[in-house]
Amino acid sequence: MSNMDSFTIAKDQENKNLWRFLLSEFKPKGKIFTPFNIISVPIMILGLALIVIRFWKGIGSITNLTQEVPWGLWIGFDVVTGVAFAGGAYVLTFMVYILNMKNYHSIVRVTVLNGFLAYVFYAGALLLDLGRPWNVINPIIGNSFGTSSVLFLVAWHFLLYMIAQLIEFSPAIAEWLGARRARKILSSMTIAAVIFGITLSTLHQSGLGALYLMAKDKIHPLWYSEFIPILFFVSSIFAGLSMVIFEGSISHKVFSDQISEKNHQAHTKIIHGLSKICAGAMFAYFFLQVLVFVHGKHWTMLNTAMGYWYLTEMIGFVICPMLLFFFSYRKNNILLIKVASVITMVGIIINRLNVSVIGFKWDAASHYYPTWMEIVVTLAVIFTEIWIFRWVINRMPVLRDSPSWVKNIK
Amino acid sequence: MRIDRRNFFRVIGVTGAALTIGKDTIATPKNENEIEFNGILYDSTRCVGCQTCEYSCAEANHLPEPVDAPEIGVLRKTDESRRTVINGYNTSKGEVYVKRQCMHCNMPACTAACLTQAMHKTKEGPVIWREEKCMGCRYCMVSCPFDVPKFEYHSPNPKITKCDMCYDRQLEGKLPACVEKCEAEALVFGKRRDLIKEARRRIHENPDLYVDHIYGEEEAGGTGFLYLSPVPFEELGFNTKVQKISYPELSKGFLYSVPTVFVLWPALLLGIQEATKNNKPKIEENE
Repeated sequence: MSNMDSFTIAKDQENKNLWRFLLSEFKPKGKIFTPFNIISVPIMILGLALIVIRFWKGIGSITNLTQEVPWGLWIGFDVVTGVAFAGGAYVLTFMVYILNMKNYHSIVRVTVLNGFLAYVFYAGALLLDLGRPWNVINPIIGNSFGTSSVLFLVAWHFLLYMIAQLIEFSPAIAEWLGARRARKILSSMTIAAVIFGITLSTLHQSGLGALYLMAKDKIHPLWYSEFIPILFFVSSIFAGLSMVIFEGSISHKVFSDQISEKNHQAHTKIIHGLSKICAGAMFAYFFLQVLVFVHGKHWTMLNTAMGYWYLTEMIGFVICPMLLFFFSYRKNNILLIKVASVITMVGIIINRLNVSVIGFKWDAASHYYPTWMEIVVTLAVIFTEIWIFRWVINRMPVLRDSPSWVKNIK
Repeated sequence: MRIDRRNFFRVIGVTGAALTIGKDTIATPKNENEIEFNGILYDSTRCVGCQTCEYSCAEANHLPEPVDAPEIGVLRKTDESRRTVINGYNTSKGEVYVKRQCMHCNMPACTAACLTQAMHKTKEGPVIWREEKCMGCRYCMVSCPFDVPKFEYHSPNPKITKCDMCYDRQLEGKLPACVEKCEAEALVFGKRRDLIKEARRRIHENPDLYVDHIYGEEEAGGTGFLYLSPVPFEELGFNTKVQKISYPELSKGFLYSVPTVFVLWPALLLGIQEATKNNKPKIEENE
């Protein structure tokens, strides 16, 4: 009996401490007037104001969307491109947990965190683009399952994948809170979450491409084919890994005090290894693109403005970075690998926008261009994500090593 | 671990089931021998461009009256405040008027695209939009090959607007407003099959007056609105690139592959994981 009492008291004490701990953690750490803060805060405030206007006066008040082009920058860039960049999480969890490539273990957490935040914020950006966002629960709660819709599948997969990624990341949260039992339970769920997550990713990365399958007459033939889903899936592999290389290089500079000497040294090796995978995936992608092009029989279209644009994408942003990845891998040149990853990312942006915005209704009399307000809202979303990312990195064991008690409970 | 695994399979099961149902829905052929959709036959040789249909449509749907009249060479489009428009075209056989509105496809792209079943093909034939279900994603607009659904971009509570073939009037046993008011008898309402017979009869009896084509008989897998024209349809600004099979067919292959991936992938991944469990770091370095 007395045992029980002391247990409850201890628990109360713990809860109180937890609250105090959480409150202290919510206070900002580090300098306030950094260049990043000075640039990002005004944009975030402006973005928020624009979002208020959008919900007050309608989507048309701040966007250039038309009856013919109903999806613009917020879908084409925020969602379609952003999710491709978030693909690194499923590729890395595949490599580390399924293929047991343990060398890459030190960057799994940060990549999963990145992926998770990307999904939360890009799915969040989707809410801004929904005309009637209060009905967003309809496809979830089951009173109106539009099961023949590709978007239904994508929506469900977003939701489930966010949960899977949260489970994959949750041991870091448990370590932050010092919850030992919870950590044990949560980390035992990792493999299941990883397998589920990879399956979901395969389907919704390709599903984002499949969204455009019914818009057959509207997308430029050089970008439309029945293979869009496969092309989107394959390109998400190197899009995600390029993002991992890019983000990792920045994180290792900005948060260098968090990273142990051992992991610092391992990182060069990781980037080196990833460049080879990128080169391989890009070769497969390029080969697929060639097959699709040859089967499409669009030779005559190459000698048009859109044809030149297509060649620019294929040569400048697929072949070039692919060769760069390959040679810098051979020469072990880390800087060139980073350059290649940036070119690849630009190429992915171009490719996704070509399908969703630039090549969509390319032959219409008037074209869609985003307003500056759409761009500001997009930037505000990205900056908010980086803020949360930084907040988590500074508090949870993501880049730094887990607390010592973790080893003891294994 | 046992609990997670059970949960894991439960989630897979539920999702898999949902996706399998999806497959069935799309696979069910809307066989015309079983379901007889209502439709409207529009004969552009009879239309005089009087705009009565526009006025009656505005009245029936409580929309503002049309402010402009059809003019040759000017393309008027339907938008959030008008669901049907008449346009005039200068053709090889002189001036021809064409009415535009939702085509009410037999297997509509918008309905297949809608993830909340807000766009709905009724068993009577009209494709309707249901306000309480729609979340405003505008995927119906992306998918519709005829660019029919319109969106109220300047409203905080926006609606998707389009012709619903006066579905409510049909349920009351009345004719669609435009058909009822058309004095030139350019519009005929009836069962789709009867309308096709009627259209064939008109072409057969007056082969010089009509081109031998009923637009909508096969376009996009068949539509509820059927058109007769004195000139080839491309002269009237019709989308003649439209495919003969229905648009939902285009994403069917992808949707079919989903259950397969859902079953095979986890098994494959578990297998690989099992096989590589004892990988030594030395081997990995080569990767």
